[in-house]
Amino acid sequence: MTNVAEKLDARGMNCPLPILKTRKAINHINSGEILEVTSSDPGSVKDMAAFCEQTGHRLVSSNEAEDSYIFLIEKS
Amino acid sequence: MAITAENLHDNVQLDAWLDSRLDKLLPQKLADIESSKTPSMSIIATKGSLDWAYPPFILASTAAALGWDVDMFFTFYGLLLLQRNIGAEVSPLGNPAMPMKMPFGPQWFQDVDWPLPNLLMAGVPGFEKVATGLMKKTFRNKGVASVEELRSLCLEADVNMIACQMTVDVFGFDNSEFIPEVTDFVGATSFLPVARKSDVCLFI
Repeated sequence: MTNVAEKLDARGMNCPLPILKTRKAINHINSGEILEVTSSDPGSVKDMAAFCEQTGHRLVSSNEAEDSYIFLIEKS
Repeated sequence: MAITAENLHDNVQLDAWLDSRLDKLLPQKLADIESSKTPSMSIIATKGSLDWAYPPFILASTAAALGWDVDMFFTFYGLLLLQRNIGAEVSPLGNPAMPMKMPFGPQWFQDVDWPLPNLLMAGVPGFEKVATGLMKKTFRNKGVASVEELRSLCLEADVNMIACQMTVDVFGFDNSEFIPEVTDFVGATSFLPVARKSDVCLFI
């Protein structure tokens, strides 16, 4: 099981807040650690992938749960 | 053909050799330069009503979150977005594409796009206050940050906000009316070189 260093609950937030909060949260963790983001914004599925691609962090997984999306991001 | 000390003096051959080397090495070199440089964006914000206040701050804060360098140039009514308290309002009058929907009540009621006559929108005192309140509530309900919040997120992320000196003069603003983070009061001549070097430049 992956070690999650920090969790961010971005449910109820809409574009661009989930990304902005993710950016902030990722500053709190160390390289190689995992941030778990939960979001309810369907747009965040593609946005989170684009964010990781642009910033060089690794999107470990992107899953859809009931009414929410869960992303695991490994800090580069 | 191999290059030797004897035929190096031959410019034609040298050029051909250089050409082939460049063809081989340049794409990789350019890709390296491209990937190592920080992307940048310049936004020219010219509108001061509430509906036009969101796009520049949403784009700027998102670009900053992606690690881009962002400069924003506020001119004309865009200057209002730099005031300490953003008093931006919105009116559906003269804004024909704006849906007029209610952010409360049962779903069927919220889905109604109210056909408001211009006469009503233009003639009823306080109509803009109501429309503004409705838009802010709708955005809040949908989980979108307020304009003030987006602006602070931009500032936190070091987005550079620049005011147009000419319009500050023309509209009679005082520099003290603006948020303290605004320190550059410049003209188009100073901003255009910044815009020229940016990868994305938007006029909003």
